[in-house]
Amino acid sequence: MSYYIRRLTQAAISFVAGLFLTFTLYRLVPGGPVDAIMAQRIQDMREQGGAINQREIAQMVESLTGVNPDQPIPVAFYEYIRDIVLYQDFGESILYQDPVFDILFRAIPWSMFLSIYGIMLGFTATILVGVIMAWKEGTKIDTGATVLVMVMRSIPYYVAAIAMLSFLGFQWGLFPTGGRAPPAADPGFNLEFMIGITQHAALPILSNFIVGFAGGALGMRALTVRVIGADYLRSARLRGLKSNRILTRYLTRNAILPIYTGFMIGIAAIFSSNVVTEEIFQYQGAGWYLLRAAVQQDYPLVMGAFVFFAGITVLGILIADFTYGLIDPRAGSGASRESF
Amino acid sequence: MSGEPQSDGGVTQESIFGTSEDAERQRTPPAERIRRAFDFYIATPFRVAWSDWRTRIGGIGVLFYILMGTVGVVVIGQPQMNEGPRYVGPFQTMEHPLGTTNMGTDILKQLVHSTPTMLKMALAGVVFSVGVAVLVGMISGYKGGTVDTVLMTVSDIFITLPGLPLIIVLAAIFSPEDPFIVGTIIAINQWPRLARQLRSQVIALREEDYVEAARSIGLSTPTIVGQELLPKLAPFILITAGGASVAIIFQSVALYFIGVLPYDTSNWGVMMQLAYEQGNAIASPQRAGHWLFFPLVTLSGMAFVTILFAQGLDRVFNPRLLARHSKTASEAEEEEPGGL
Repeated sequence: MSYYIRRLTQAAISFVAGLFLTFTLYRLVPGGPVDAIMAQRIQDMREQGGAINQREIAQMVESLTGVNPDQPIPVAFYEYIRDIVLYQDFGESILYQDPVFDILFRAIPWSMFLSIYGIMLGFTATILVGVIMAWKEGTKIDTGATVLVMVMRSIPYYVAAIAMLSFLGFQWGLFPTGGRAPPAADPGFNLEFMIGITQHAALPILSNFIVGFAGGALGMRALTVRVIGADYLRSARLRGLKSNRILTRYLTRNAILPIYTGFMIGIAAIFSSNVVTEEIFQYQGAGWYLLRAAVQQDYPLVMGAFVFFAGITVLGILIADFTYGLIDPRAGSGASRESF
Repeated sequence: MSGEPQSDGGVTQESIFGTSEDAERQRTPPAERIRRAFDFYIATPFRVAWSDWRTRIGGIGVLFYILMGTVGVVVIGQPQMNEGPRYVGPFQTMEHPLGTTNMGTDILKQLVHSTPTMLKMALAGVVFSVGVAVLVGMISGYKGGTVDTVLMTVSDIFITLPGLPLIIVLAAIFSPEDPFIVGTIIAINQWPRLARQLRSQVIALREEDYVEAARSIGLSTPTIVGQELLPKLAPFILITAGGASVAIIFQSVALYFIGVLPYDTSNWGVMMQLAYEQGNAIASPQRAGHWLFFPLVTLSGMAFVTILFAQGLDRVFNPRLLARHSKTASEAEEEEPGGL
């Protein structure tokens, strides 16, 4: 039990520390958003010929960004976190004039949709291809698959996304070329809408699949080859067990163990890369909003999106650590294990 | 060795401070020593590398890209606007083999002149991420205790920071233009993973006999880490560095492509962005497709040869293979300073 508490505390600390780091960076760096807004206000006042009232400017900036520039950073950070925890108040977006929470709350399910399917497909393919390559080690299938995986690894996911969008979307018109849902359809549980969102999500999910797949398969092959040499596998074969049973119960289950944690961290990677994917497909998810906010220096929205992305990452690692015992009974609670 | 008759009729003495081997080494003429060192450190690894198709093709490819970034820039002229007609297709004229952009700029010239920027970014990123990772991972793993806890907590915090979103935010704040700085910013979320991996390897190594021996004769920690541990881990570090450089190039091109990073000189990502924004290459590939396509191919090619090379290096560092290919293997083995 103490392990869980310690692990949770550690996760909370790294989450808050990560946020604090970003928060500080945003405040400290000259020319950052708070400075930019202040400078603009001061200039506006000069042009109007009025006296420059520091306090008034500070209030304006605070109402715009949720940050009071006169406050010391730790106090400002504390107030920011307090507002989030107590009132779910992430501030108001400068760009959209809407509460940040509402914007993100509407966008996040769409990002989840893309990421989760991308991850599931990608990881399943990683395991399958890795195990098959190892099982057929040294044959033509192995060599061919190795070359194929290496080629896939050297094509970045956004290149695949561009190619798919260009050919499948624009040239052949098989898939919609942007957006989340058909504009004509009513949102809800009707067939037209559901088919529409599936079509819109197909290409982004495919490009997420590449993020999840490419890196892992060679590693999976190496791990599986190591397991194939183990004694218990030979004795399983001597006992006359069927190939299928050996493959699934004996080989794959044991080979997955070392990369399980990597998979969970991979979730975070896919959420990150969603920023680029969503931009290419003009898919209005959390990443799409984050990119717009970052470019336009919409400070409250960036911080809000950041809380979300950091939260997903911490959660992914935590879940990996806590569930590791389920797939590897030897690990117990995983207390003495290297996390990756 | 001892008791070997000498030309003067005496017998080799075995002293406390060294064996007759040392005496023999002192008598080896410098030219011979240089030849052996060359064979051991340069010629043999090269022979092993050449015997493996992955390192052979990968090495030639990497060399090609380096030449493109150094010699190619000198040989091929600076790209300019209105060098030719607008939107010349690829493989149509000898003057513009890969076609031209909407401004009539030659694409081949642009590709070549972008290479130094890409190489600089990869170099800066690799030096930073691998440097920090080696420092943190080695010290953390070797020292253990409080130092370990503190360093690993710090790297956990950096793992929590979501990669691409963080970089987008940082890029929006700093607006970096220097390729070295861009590479370093992108490497920020690369090092913690590598540091973790190195740490687990060092933890396994620190209990080895020869490290314990070094400790017991009172060598300082920097000496042990630098001279006993680092050489053992060099292959692993080099191979991961290959992977890190690919990741850095992918991310930088992604950032330029979605238009987050400012630029004053062209690079592959910028070319892709312009082709996408101004040439509308995705929607009308007949006209501007080549403008987008060639940077993509150049990028994927660079990634492919680097991955291939790094994969093959695995063999080069395998001591058994080295010994088989070495012409002076037996001597080389003896020349190694014996484990104290």
